[in-house]
Amino acid sequence: MVPKLICDDEMADVHAPATSDKDSLKVTIKLSVEKINAINRICASYDNDPEELISVLHETQNTLGYLPAEVQEIIAHNLKISAAHVYGVVTFYSYFTMVPKGDHPISVCMGTACYVRGAEKILDELKKELNINIGETTPDQRFSISCLRCVGACGLAPVMMVGEKVYGRVSPNDVRKILEEYREDNCEECKPTQQL
Amino acid sequence: METPVNKPKQLRIALRNCGMLDPENIAESIVRDAYQALGKVLKEYSPQECINILKQSGLRGRGGAGFPTGLKWEIASKSKSDQKYVVCNADEGDPGAFMDRSILEGDPHSVLEAMAICGYCIGADKGLIYIRAEYPLAIKRLKIAISQAMEWGLLGKNILGSGFNFEIKLCYGAGAFVCGEETALIHSMEGKRGEPTNKPPFPATSGFMKKPTNVNNVETFANIAPIILKGPEWFSSIGTKNSKGTKVFALAGKINHVGLIEVPMGTSLREIIYEIGGGIKENKKFKAVQTGGPSGGCLTEKHLDTPIDYENLIAAGSMMGSGGMIVMDENDCMVSVAKFYLDFIVGESCGKCTPCRVGNKRLYEILERITQGKGVMKDLDKLKNLSYIIKDTALCGLGQTSPNPVFSTLENFYDEYYEHVVEKKCRAGHCKNLFHYVINEELCVGCAACKRCCPVHAITGEKRKPHYIDSNICIRCNECIEKCSFDAISIQLEPKILV
Repeated sequence: MVPKLICDDEMADVHAPATSDKDSLKVTIKLSVEKINAINRICASYDNDPEELISVLHETQNTLGYLPAEVQEIIAHNLKISAAHVYGVVTFYSYFTMVPKGDHPISVCMGTACYVRGAEKILDELKKELNINIGETTPDQRFSISCLRCVGACGLAPVMMVGEKVYGRVSPNDVRKILEEYREDNCEECKPTQQL
Repeated sequence: METPVNKPKQLRIALRNCGMLDPENIAESIVRDAYQALGKVLKEYSPQECINILKQSGLRGRGGAGFPTGLKWEIASKSKSDQKYVVCNADEGDPGAFMDRSILEGDPHSVLEAMAICGYCIGADKGLIYIRAEYPLAIKRLKIAISQAMEWGLLGKNILGSGFNFEIKLCYGAGAFVCGEETALIHSMEGKRGEPTNKPPFPATSGFMKKPTNVNNVETFANIAPIILKGPEWFSSIGTKNSKGTKVFALAGKINHVGLIEVPMGTSLREIIYEIGGGIKENKKFKAVQTGGPSGGCLTEKHLDTPIDYENLIAAGSMMGSGGMIVMDENDCMVSVAKFYLDFIVGESCGKCTPCRVGNKRLYEILERITQGKGVMKDLDKLKNLSYIIKDTALCGLGQTSPNPVFSTLENFYDEYYEHVVEKKCRAGHCKNLFHYVINEELCVGCAACKRCCPVHAITGEKRKPHYIDSNICIRCNECIEKCSFDAISIQLEPKILV
């Protein structure tokens, strides 16, 4: 299928809300001209080379936070490949996400070393504290929980990450304390995050 | 970063520079002989002579399967093509192994140098490092190392005035375990889904962009320079008959000293666990050590004195893998461990071939039933048969080895499976449906602390009278045990018959 063309002149019109669903989650998004230009720039920086698709997706996700269907269509159009190909790649790799993560994405390592040292209990505690499941985001968009397949810090097992920060040798009792650091009143690094 | 445990039993070849130098400063690497081997090869050896040195050294691939490295290079060098590629597999997806990350973060130049040597030997002028996006520090250091090496003329055009060109580019993985498989890795680098394809054709004849490609693991590359500098005889004097040199292992789990170790091939598990690793945590009883990640198996007490090399590990029902060693004690339930690995495989299966996609899911479901106390004896036979079918029919290495955790736990811990199925008992106290909490009526003072904290209201009782826990409602969250000040609540392993 050829993706719907979004030419340079028409971009200003692409403000219509659209839905993307993966895991039956509905997300309403709007694509602004700046975002579309940003995606076009990223594609161009890789010479619109279809072999660089994964690098393009990495950079786009770093810039926009996630990869909803519209974004994928623009990339497909630029790289002259089918939208299905892009979708296939996005859904294949666990690093890419089609739903926005929280401001403080929490990842719990589920590698063997962490599992043996009680990562499951950390996960249970997090679910209880935040009242969400794996792969979900809290209603206030502050936190999201995901599982990782090993961050290579097995010596510190069990490991959890909040954003880029790694917490090692976590016990279930520490979870509340760690979350407290990122609650609204305490968090210094909090700034308005970009939403698509 | 974890510090490797330093004990005289160890011999560091691949990790020789880790922690000894500033990886962001090429001058420090050069002081410690980086790029000496590259210079020697370019000046003194023809590509075939260099390949012969590697063949004599007996170096085998450290990524898991143990294919002789010299032979691999020779095959790639004999393929005729205008363009060839050297690929470094740094997609360390194996949970519990982190030696590749440590080498890339601590000594990136050792890998870059070896890739250039490989390029010279097989006739390639382009190298690619396929690295996990989950390793941001390793990526940063590699970028710095590549740009410094280019500046110093150790990579790029006309290296050291020899007329040999070699440049290295980074490719990022995106979180898929199967991409450690050569063909899947190559597809991923081409911007496609990382699905494996049938071999042959092997990457050595048709790999990246359909050109001859040589894929080696990070640790394999880290061994190359010392072999060139110190000679193949030196290297082959270390290790056992068929497995030469040293191997890096990542000790993790219930062991006192966690971290990376590097020991000569042929070191026994007992030496690794009790002498280098300092024994089991809290002096508990050793139960098993899992090697080889999800494709490997469990080694038990009877294997403690087996010298570790490629052949012996396979004979013991496990494999070398990338070298993760997860130590487990008496509190780990082996059925749950098998289930954990199957869960991993189900999540990571690419879905291309049916035995892996559907078969592993069914294996997982059977194990799930057993750990919930709903297993029957027939399930054990089913597990075994299905495992054999998957092993024989799956397309790639991931699928063919995926039932290994089931095989090895069934073989070594049949008693535990039997107990789960027949007696509905989990001796490790891990499977939540196979134990329950009881309140000792004599110790309970009826303070109701447990009743208040129970999230599902499973505890009933009047004030100042012994309380009672309804196991059918209880979710085994352990909250009540922690709250009780009188040690009145305990875990009872004899199961309740589930309705």
